[in-house]
Amino acid sequence: MNTLTLWFHKFGSPPVFHRIAVRLAPWLFGFAVICGLAALYGGLVVAPADYQQSDAYRIIFIHVPCAWMSLFAYFFMAANAFIALVWRIKISEILAMASAPVGAVFTAITLITGSIWGKPMWGTWWTWDARLTSELVLLFLYLGVIGLYNAIEDRRQAARAAAFLALVGIVNVPIVHFSVNWWNTLHQGSTVRLLGPSRIDESMLWPLLLMALATHVWFFASVLVRARVSLVELEGGKEWAREIALGKGEPA
Amino acid sequence: MTPTRKRRLMLVGLILLAVGTATALTVLALQQNMTYLYTPSEIIAGKVPAGARFRIGGMVKEHSVERGQSLTVGFVVTDGDGDMRVEYEGILPDLFREKQSVIATGEMHDGHFVATEVLAKHDENYVPRDVAEAMQKAHRKHSVPETADQQAQ
Repeated sequence: MNTLTLWFHKFGSPPVFHRIAVRLAPWLFGFAVICGLAALYGGLVVAPADYQQSDAYRIIFIHVPCAWMSLFAYFFMAANAFIALVWRIKISEILAMASAPVGAVFTAITLITGSIWGKPMWGTWWTWDARLTSELVLLFLYLGVIGLYNAIEDRRQAARAAAFLALVGIVNVPIVHFSVNWWNTLHQGSTVRLLGPSRIDESMLWPLLLMALATHVWFFASVLVRARVSLVELEGGKEWAREIALGKGEPA
Repeated sequence: MTPTRKRRLMLVGLILLAVGTATALTVLALQQNMTYLYTPSEIIAGKVPAGARFRIGGMVKEHSVERGQSLTVGFVVTDGDGDMRVEYEGILPDLFREKQSVIATGEMHDGHFVATEVLAKHDENYVPRDVAEAMQKAHRKHSVPETADQQAQ
């Protein structure tokens, strides 16, 4: 076995994962909070008002990072679901299931903030255009994965069934992303582009990217904590979990 | 890789491929059929079935907005090739202004469009106010023809 496979096997072992999660999570949460507060200050106070929407555009500092996260979290969930289905790795099952509620919350925030912005700017809370509808379908996919996982008694069978749903639902991710290019939508096109210049002034871009960093780190911190808890629940009868429960310190 | 895992990988791969193909075909079909809006020139060309409720999309023509009594407002929507008069009674969104993209829902009535809802479409550009003003000033000074981005204002 080469180093990478070895590392995967080590990281995939429940006690090691548990130890890493315990050590890493507080640092990640702290970093995310500091980054997020700095981005909020940058977005709400430092960044100048928009020429057309004045201060109302500032909702993008929440809306856009959360929208990116809703897609990123789904991709992360589906990738873990894939590994879980093919290799039956316990940690992957748990990671996939742990990221579903976090992704669902990011999706809900995206829909809610978009709606609040849409009423004064577009003139409507909601319209059935391709971007809005596909994002709503994304929320339902998350809810479906969570629901299916909790509907089956056996944890590992439940994870496998829900992972299958998560994996099939991945087809919606490119639809959400490209909907504004493929169809005539009320929703505007992408502002920040990986290829080519972004359509946003630099003074407004940096708080947006900082907030995106904060939400990504927050996502991983949140998933680690959730995964750790369900891992202990799942492995409750094992020696290492009992040692932690009895407070005998960290297992070797 | 063990034979079981190889089989599972093949199976999952095949399912993904099938679902992906089905979705791609659906998206392709929807691209031809799913019309969120019609442009004025499409309406003039008679592409909209008679008596149907639909959405019209385009730019509000400059100097075409006429405000009537109370909340009644009339304006011309243009896509460059064709113009269509739109009548509306109600509160207009904040972003509604001349040379701004709008989407109106309603139906045709005596050769003009009677809207029950008017939505403003926002573009993807975000510019600080003073930068936008400075750019406009410089453009006027050097008499640069307005770009598509500025027309969207």
